[in-house]
Amino acid sequence: MPNTIVATDLRKRYGDVKAVDGVTLAVEEGEFFGILGPNGAGKTTTLEIIEGLRQADGGEVTVLGRSPWPRDPALLPRIGVQLQASSFFERLTAREQLRTFGSLYGVPERKADAMLETVGLTEKADTPVEKLSGGQAQRLSIACALVHEPELVFLDEPTAALDPQARRNLWDVLRAINTEGRTIVLTTHYMDEAETLCDRVAIIDRGRILRSGPPAALVRGLDAATRISVVSGVLGVDEARALPGADDVTDDGVSLVIATRDPSSVVAALAGRGALDGVQIKGATLEDVFLNLTGREYRI
Amino acid sequence: MTSFRSLARAMFLGFRRDRGALFFTIALPLLFLLIIGGVFARQSTPKSKVLEIGSVPVVDQMPAEMRAGVDKSLKFTRISDRNAAVEKVRKGDYSAAIEQSGDRVVVHFSAADQVKAGTAQGQIEGLVQAANQASSGKPPKYRLEGQQVEDKSLKPIQYITPGLLGWALASAGMFGASTTLVTWRTKGLLRRLRLSPVPIRSVFAARVVVSLGVAMVQTALFIGVATLPMFGLELAHYWWMAIPMVLCGVLAFLAIGMLIGAWAKTQEAAQGVTQIVVLPMAFLGGSFFNIDDAPPWLRVVSEIFPLRHLNNGMLKVLVRGEGPASVLPQMGVLLGFALVATLIAVRVFRWEQI
Repeated sequence: MPNTIVATDLRKRYGDVKAVDGVTLAVEEGEFFGILGPNGAGKTTTLEIIEGLRQADGGEVTVLGRSPWPRDPALLPRIGVQLQASSFFERLTAREQLRTFGSLYGVPERKADAMLETVGLTEKADTPVEKLSGGQAQRLSIACALVHEPELVFLDEPTAALDPQARRNLWDVLRAINTEGRTIVLTTHYMDEAETLCDRVAIIDRGRILRSGPPAALVRGLDAATRISVVSGVLGVDEARALPGADDVTDDGVSLVIATRDPSSVVAALAGRGALDGVQIKGATLEDVFLNLTGREYRI
Repeated sequence: MTSFRSLARAMFLGFRRDRGALFFTIALPLLFLLIIGGVFARQSTPKSKVLEIGSVPVVDQMPAEMRAGVDKSLKFTRISDRNAAVEKVRKGDYSAAIEQSGDRVVVHFSAADQVKAGTAQGQIEGLVQAANQASSGKPPKYRLEGQQVEDKSLKPIQYITPGLLGWALASAGMFGASTTLVTWRTKGLLRRLRLSPVPIRSVFAARVVVSLGVAMVQTALFIGVATLPMFGLELAHYWWMAIPMVLCGVLAFLAIGMLIGAWAKTQEAAQGVTQIVVLPMAFLGGSFFNIDDAPPWLRVVSEIFPLRHLNNGMLKVLVRGEGPASVLPQMGVLLGFALVATLIAVRVFRWEQI
């Protein structure tokens, strides 16, 4: 498959800060690619270099086979970029907003209105953007990025500050876009989001890519313990410790939790004792991978 | 072309729905025109009020022909108490009090308002002369005949209309350009437009076209209101030259606004700096008073403001009746301002917040 984005050894510094320090990545056509990292890790700068908003100090990048810098009017209609939810013309309604952005790409009004339907904003068509809720504004902002049907879509933290319903709703929209064959590059710091949506992720920190690959492969590579919990009291702590494969056992009075790298044996043993009341099995998540790689200290 | 049109449309709708902008660019200047124009329109020299103490035959028995002339400048009120009359003159409520006993006519006046007191004295002196002359029974040897010449001095409404319009155009143009540019940058609209295939100069051109259109509306409203009978502005023959004049002026204001917007990082900074430029410019540019009355050095300083040149040119074509060619220097200066400010703005311009 041809690569939609090829970035090699990208570098960018602001004064003494190396915002991007040798990022190399490739995104395949049709892929849903996630860039994860703590605040200030260099995700946004990396994305801006790829989008053509900033010039890299070093390294090379091609997008759809062309260089995004300097500004290339032939490339721009083929990419769609969603910025913050407030990057709108002031005091226009949702419909006017979308039609205006569409017209910049020669998109007919009818098609712009159809996009409003796709993101579920038909009922809000006549609402001024200032009066839209956070989720609605976010969806409109994504619609503005998609209205000209770009081959490649960049989304910068599209679900930040959304409530759970709005997030799920947006995920459906994004999945549908990806299914149409468009390549999506997304930055987020919601690990569950990356895990659910992305085919592949790159974890970036201090301007470098620490790890990249499919989320499931990264989780497996972590070799973290699986945590099996049952209702407290069905089994004594000592008894649990003696189970085959159990590494560590804790009981907080509500749940008895057994950490193990051999979950099958533990579950079989629990089943043999009839002690599977309220059983929950939790594997490691992308979040564990992320924290393991980037550490737990606070970032400013 | 369609993208240019829809950008212009989007920006126009954004302006039309902005109540604050509508108020400051249209309603407030019109309100100023109504108030200042209204105050000056009613201003004529008020009559001097004169008290008549008791019966004053020289006043009561003057011929009707003379009475008509005197009534234009004096208003007589009869009073019986002499002390009260003198007290009223002392307080300045009346310009003079007149009394007559036999052949002696006495005028009491104060120096509070010398012009009015002088008018009253002069008129009364005339009355006494006329009475003397009539009593002599001879026809007068000399006659005074008055002939009015056409009044060419500027009436307040004539310099206030172009002046206030200039101020309105300057605020609208400069605030519009500076705050729009900063808003676009801080909200990320600028980068979003940069990521679209539309040339960025089309984006700016659309904004300029909208501003020029708004300026035309302001001009039409202003001239429309000022020519109402109650304000009485009479337009000179080449008044339509005000249109290219306004366009040149607005280009200069937009360019300065863009320069401020290119430099300023925040909305507050943009507004503050614009205000610092607009307010002195409005005063020294001659928007609120006739700058020709100012001391010479101030008139020289005022030349650095484009508004001064716009006001000058507008006075020429709108009320002084000078020909179209007379304002070419002003238009040239304004376009020069626009060009220089634009060139600096392009150099200062930043796409991003940081």
